Amino acid sequence: MIRLVALRLVFGLVTMWAASVLIFGGTELLPGDLATAILQNSATPENLAELRAHLGLDRPPLVRYGEWLTRAAHGDLGTSLSNDRDVVEEIAPRLRNTVFLAGFAALIAVPLAIGLGLLAAIWQASVFDRVINFVTLLTISVPEYLVGYLLVKYFAVRWDLFPALANVSPETDLGGRIYLTALPVVTLVLVVVAHMMRMTRASVLSIMASPYIEMAFLKGLSKPRVVVRHAFPNALAPIISVVALNLAYLVVGVVVVEQVFVYPGLGQLMVDAVSKHDLPVVQACGLIFAGAFIMLNMIADIMAILSNPRLRRPR
Amino acid sequence: MSERIPGEVILDVAHLRIAVSEGPVLVDDISFTLRRGEVLGLIGESGAGKSTIGLAVLGYTRSGCEITGGNLMFEGQDIRTMTPAQRRALRGNGIAYISQSAAASFNPAHTLMRQVCEIPLRDGCTTAAEARARAISLFAELDLPDPEHFGNRYPHQVSGGQLQRAMAAMAMAAKPDIIVFDEPTTALDVTTQVEVLASFRKLIREHGTAAIYITHDLAVVAQIADDIMVLRHGRMVEHGRSTDILHNPQQDYTRRLVADRAEGHAQFPAQDETPLLEISHVVASYSGLVRVIDDVSFAVHRGDTLAVVGESGSGKSTLARVIMGLLPREAGDVKFHGASLPPRLKHRTVDQLRRVQMIYQSPDVALNPNQTLLQIIGRPVQFYFGRSRSEVRDRVLELLRLMELPESFIDRKPAALSGGQKQRVGIARALAAEPDLIICDEVTSALDQLVGEEILRLLKRLQDELGIAYLFITHDLGTVRRIANKVAVMLNGKFVAGGLTATVFAPPLHPYTELLLSSVPEMRADWLDEVLAHNRRIAS
Repeated sequence: MIRLVALRLVFGLVTMWAASVLIFGGTELLPGDLATAILQNSATPENLAELRAHLGLDRPPLVRYGEWLTRAAHGDLGTSLSNDRDVVEEIAPRLRNTVFLAGFAALIAVPLAIGLGLLAAIWQASVFDRVINFVTLLTISVPEYLVGYLLVKYFAVRWDLFPALANVSPETDLGGRIYLTALPVVTLVLVVVAHMMRMTRASVLSIMASPYIEMAFLKGLSKPRVVVRHAFPNALAPIISVVALNLAYLVVGVVVVEQVFVYPGLGQLMVDAVSKHDLPVVQACGLIFAGAFIMLNMIADIMAILSNPRLRRPR
Repeated sequence: MSERIPGEVILDVAHLRIAVSEGPVLVDDISFTLRRGEVLGLIGESGAGKSTIGLAVLGYTRSGCEITGGNLMFEGQDIRTMTPAQRRALRGNGIAYISQSAAASFNPAHTLMRQVCEIPLRDGCTTAAEARARAISLFAELDLPDPEHFGNRYPHQVSGGQLQRAMAAMAMAAKPDIIVFDEPTTALDVTTQVEVLASFRKLIREHGTAAIYITHDLAVVAQIADDIMVLRHGRMVEHGRSTDILHNPQQDYTRRLVADRAEGHAQFPAQDETPLLEISHVVASYSGLVRVIDDVSFAVHRGDTLAVVGESGSGKSTLARVIMGLLPREAGDVKFHGASLPPRLKHRTVDQLRRVQMIYQSPDVALNPNQTLLQIIGRPVQFYFGRSRSEVRDRVLELLRLMELPESFIDRKPAALSGGQKQRVGIARALAAEPDLIICDEVTSALDQLVGEEILRLLKRLQDELGIAYLFITHDLGTVRRIANKVAVMLNGKFVAGGLTATVFAPPLHPYTELLLSSVPEMRADWLDEVLAHNRRIAS
């Protein structure tokens, strides 16, 4: 089992490296480079060449990639072009905000989704099951910005319960943060709950055909107990991986929601950086997103391995 | 629980009828009573409705089926009209169930202890420590190793025989009045079956629990049941005391079941030519780790039937895979007609492939459900002999006739056939290649007794007519004596005994051969006691 976990860790590192190649290659393919971005209108062929030599941009891409990767691995992500600040300092508060938003949404969405999925499995084919399936299908099909604007229209504009803008600042306390981010969190929860809930229901129901489930009924156990104690533990592996996928989406996919609610998160920073040609910030954001995605999936795989007694406790 | 008076009727089933919802009737007009401490054996072939009756006693029907008539009275309460809560109480504490496959019926996610104690703890009338102590004492009673810690293991960490006994502990944990045993030893090896059977009988006798024992094997039920009911197609054929059923059966069907299997060997031609198949010092393993076949040598001549016997895990099926080239051998040689066969399937010539064919244990899995019999049987005809379409069809029809199957089956798919008919299709497919040797891997073990007999007769007839040699892999020593002229006994990948059947099965016996032979259940009611006494003598 330790071998399996170690193997999974190595795969994670390899994927991370591949992602770094794609990010560097992608920004390399963009028209213009750091020098044209800095000089902008004052660019003449002479001072472009001079600046390139100064920044080391005239060297082959492979050398620059090696250098960038080495520095990134040491925690040095370069300097922002738009305000000359260290990229790490620029990103850190934004990353905290994004993680707060994602974590808050996950805290509500994951238990809610699994709970609803188990209830739908227990009351399979009942009115509750059909309604919940229909509603989640609806929330999965409607784009998140539409959900966001609908929430704003009713909860912020018409009933004035929550603010339309989630403009938190570093000074905002926890209560204030929860209040300000209520609408974006609800938007995110509505978007991710459906997928996880449906997976929970489906994988629990697929286990319900097993002989040991029939045995559990023949032992005289009630359906809720059979579903929760006997089917659910065996359905964990697919559920964990879908949860991880959705958690990763919460970190990576919040870009749109952050834009809608003008929330100072990482996604918004990245959108700004792209429009300003601030390449070091774009690359850093890309790396962080890729890292979050890969790490969450890796954790999910390792948890799936740990949840299987055959792997956890070999003969 | 009410007071337990031995001999009092606790279960009274009258005119029970179970049907598929708005469909055929599965079980009809079944009546019996069960008294405390009594064991009723339900016997019949698959499809006889044994399990359906066993489950109905727990107020349970498989999905799509329902109890449509009759009464099921447990201690004066009608099981059919119970509320869900009453029914749950009945299942845990009144009537417990032991299924055929313990490996599939234990939840892989929980330890054995947790599953054994689940029902006693559910009601809250016992503490965790009491339930645990009772489980440990049951483990000890059932002769499970290290009873103190046995329960800490997960189902995948113990053997099949141990798991089956753990399931008996789970059933006994809540002190039920009745236990339903549903083919509990069918999935076990003969030698394991003896031990498990002995444990079950001890448990039932010491606790005075009543039991319904479902099996297809009369010899097994003879060891344990007071009464026997013979079932066929969902109806009762005969019901009476075990001794009467076994020694004085009234119905023709029961007589056929009870009748000693036809004894006596067919004559085999004398052989002095070069062997058809010669295997010398073959070694094989999976991924180079565990030696599954260890220095095995033997020869099969034209017209021979060599039976390879042994328990599961002894390497019998692996040996077949090595001969077929599915698993390359690591050392030794496999010669066919005096010429060495390449170790791997893909290096063999079409003619080498054609001459060795295989028939599988489970025709359900071995036949493509989406193809018609014409496609299934016609494929080797076309592949090996390149015949035209009409010639292929003629040849398939000829093979169907040879298999005693109606010609109209040619355009059917396997799903429309019974188990025995499917196995005949498997044989026809092997014969279509006109092979010299057919490897039969447990070909009758998935079939009912009487159907299996017919398949064996068919194989024998084909051998007499066509002179094919068989390599017959089986764990059923009864069949070996009848159909094989040579036998090889396998244990842990090695041949421990081998030669002419008459010699191997006659004294002096190799100790392992003796153990295997003595473990085959016999109809006599005192057989189990004799075997146990005998095994104790050997052990001491």
